Amino acid sequence: MPATHATAADVAQGLRDVGYLPDDATTLVSFLAAKLGKPILVEGPAGVGKTQLAKSLAETFGRELVRLQCYEGLDEAKALYEWNYRKQLLRIQSEADGTGWSEVQDDIFGEEFLLARPLLTAIASKEPVVLLIDEIDKTDQEFEAMLLELLSDFQITIPELGRIEATTMPIVLLTSNNTRELTEALKRRCLYLWIDYPSLEHELDIVRLHAPDLDEHVARRLVEVVAMVRDLDLKKPPSIAESIDWARALLLLGATDIDAKTFRETMSIIVKHRTDLDVVTERVGVKLGLPEDSLGAASAG
Amino acid sequence: MPPPPAEPPRGASRRAALFGGTATGEVPEGLVAHVLEFGEELRGEGVAVGTSELLDAFQALPEVPWSEPVAFRETLAATLAKSPEDRVIFDLVFDRFFFRATELAALREGIREDGGGMDEAGAELNLETLRQQIAQAIADGDEGRLRDLARLAIAAFGQQGEGSGVIGVDVQRIRRQLGLRSEAQPDLPQEDPRREGLPRENLRRFEQLLRQELERRQIERTETLPPARPLNELDRALPTGPLQDLASVHKVVTQLKRRLKTQGQEHRGVRRHAHVDVRRTMRASLETGGVPVVLKFRPVRPRRPELFVVCDVSTSVTSASVFFLSVMHALHDSFRKMRSFVFIERVSEVTDVFHKERDFKAVSEAIGRDAGVADISGYTDYGRVWRELREQIEDELHPRATVIVLGDARTNGRDPGAETFARIAEKAGRTYWLNPEPRLYWNYGDSVIKAYEQYCEAFECWTTSQLEDFVKALTSPDAHRG
Repeated sequence: MPATHATAADVAQGLRDVGYLPDDATTLVSFLAAKLGKPILVEGPAGVGKTQLAKSLAETFGRELVRLQCYEGLDEAKALYEWNYRKQLLRIQSEADGTGWSEVQDDIFGEEFLLARPLLTAIASKEPVVLLIDEIDKTDQEFEAMLLELLSDFQITIPELGRIEATTMPIVLLTSNNTRELTEALKRRCLYLWIDYPSLEHELDIVRLHAPDLDEHVARRLVEVVAMVRDLDLKKPPSIAESIDWARALLLLGATDIDAKTFRETMSIIVKHRTDLDVVTERVGVKLGLPEDSLGAASAG
Repeated sequence: MPPPPAEPPRGASRRAALFGGTATGEVPEGLVAHVLEFGEELRGEGVAVGTSELLDAFQALPEVPWSEPVAFRETLAATLAKSPEDRVIFDLVFDRFFFRATELAALREGIREDGGGMDEAGAELNLETLRQQIAQAIADGDEGRLRDLARLAIAAFGQQGEGSGVIGVDVQRIRRQLGLRSEAQPDLPQEDPRREGLPRENLRRFEQLLRQELERRQIERTETLPPARPLNELDRALPTGPLQDLASVHKVVTQLKRRLKTQGQEHRGVRRHAHVDVRRTMRASLETGGVPVVLKFRPVRPRRPELFVVCDVSTSVTSASVFFLSVMHALHDSFRKMRSFVFIERVSEVTDVFHKERDFKAVSEAIGRDAGVADISGYTDYGRVWRELREQIEDELHPRATVIVLGDARTNGRDPGAETFARIAEKAGRTYWLNPEPRLYWNYGDSVIKAYEQYCEAFECWTTSQLEDFVKALTSPDAHRG
């Protein structure tokens, strides 16, 4: 382990070192999760760094990240484990005649024929891992129910093999975009963390960290504009990653200020819907404050 | 009994605090009792705090430097409040509860703040300097300074005449005298931080601090704790009726939009046995030597019905129609095949308006301005509306179509035209009526919902949770009778 992470401040520093600037709540909850071995349920709008938090935690704790991306119709076979059916078939076929049924049965339901999926991998791992269950709200309630055993006791029951208990305590993060209400039972087992879009200053810090060469004035202007864009009713408000992308783009272009012209040319980095583009052009373009004639003058000069 | 960590900061400026210390250690019994009481109070405000949540909190607290306000607050929040809504209530209750607990403890122990010295300091302070300092602190969002300055401000202005006794009035008076505004004040000198306008959020925070300090002084003066005031609906910022401002309605509708997008999909795979996809099964069977070991099924597509939405925008439902129009707006985002109508005395189609305008405000303006709502008397004429509607959509109605009516079914004594409505409902697969009035008022006065209720499913819809129930009914495949 590269750092000790004995206090919340250590965790904060560790996260900062790997390029993730946590706010106080994030720091504290991450620290508690590692300390108490409780899963974290992270909610918040898309693009505030929920998944990134898991990656950064894995990095700073020096652990492997095991990721389970949830989707509609995800079932146990894809999430937990599956019997390697073809291998079992081959095994049976290659078997010489006369071998008893019980021997074959004992044989083909061994660990050799087990395909470990993310959840089993996380539990069975010799080294402690960070387990990320991404977008849990996309699955159905049955799947949630199945997770309960895993989350409270860190164990999985496989009928043919018995119970597999975690030898090391994984840090578990569940993320949700809040598209549906998760069950009380699941929430009860987790620490809750709501990550919202960062405050101006916080986002400025983030942008500075990832694009350190960007002019101070431009950076401040950038986060202000992004905050302004997020206030509009858009299909997809710009995420933190997009602010960073934009900052890097401006750096490449050598922009010294964000005026209406620069904004118009580069806004496709942060706004990615046809209809959103129209709304943003109309609203933010005006607010950036260049009247039409000075626009013309700027492009002429 | 050690008093609990008092008046922890909140909001954006929380970042300023540091977790310097290591864990403070075991939680003393007095605080345990306080946290339990706090949990009780949260339950009273409708947050589901179970025993296991409280146990978690007690398990977590010894691990953190809980004597630091931020750590204490965030630890409790992470273990007790498990949704954004709960968090809002948590913050409110937390402030109220621990403020009161501190004051109560202070009263019992007879601790008084050294008010005298403070007041003198206030007197010596140049008012103009104070103004500048406060404005600067608000502009910077410096929590600690704001707290100190709030006291100074009260001390300074307390001398210019006694307070009115009503805390809210005093707060506003002090704010005005300090000249603190969120709008820009261009006539001020260049270097004045108030010139560009102060950040609204920090300004509100400063007002809160003023209020808290005034309350504290009042308690100290009267030596009694005023009775706890339960959170009112507005405090919770959870919209519950059609009579709230647009912003809060819109917040719920945004959430509704997200839900609508995924709603219905969870039913995918429920009737999986229904259709085997022969093609994909055959293809998959190639892997197993032509033996169809794995059956492939056709996915069950989420139900996306064709919608016809008819919305009453007359004056009797003014507040509700804002709510309803935003609902229509949300529906438009999620359902491709949808036609919208608004009506007062006559009906007019507004589908194009919704298609052209993304922004809700623009939509409502456009409808108010030129949707051609023929509005002579301003009174709803349901009979006429049904006749006209039937002419317009009858040919398009079919068993898979859904008609949704948003209105209060108050006819102003005119003919309800129930038989025409029945014809429309008969041709459509499903017909819903959303009534913005509580069920209690139905069929009183000129409300004739009874006449329509027999042909459609009527929902009362004046809270957002009722709206959600309706959305569930709308998108669930089981409800499909067509």
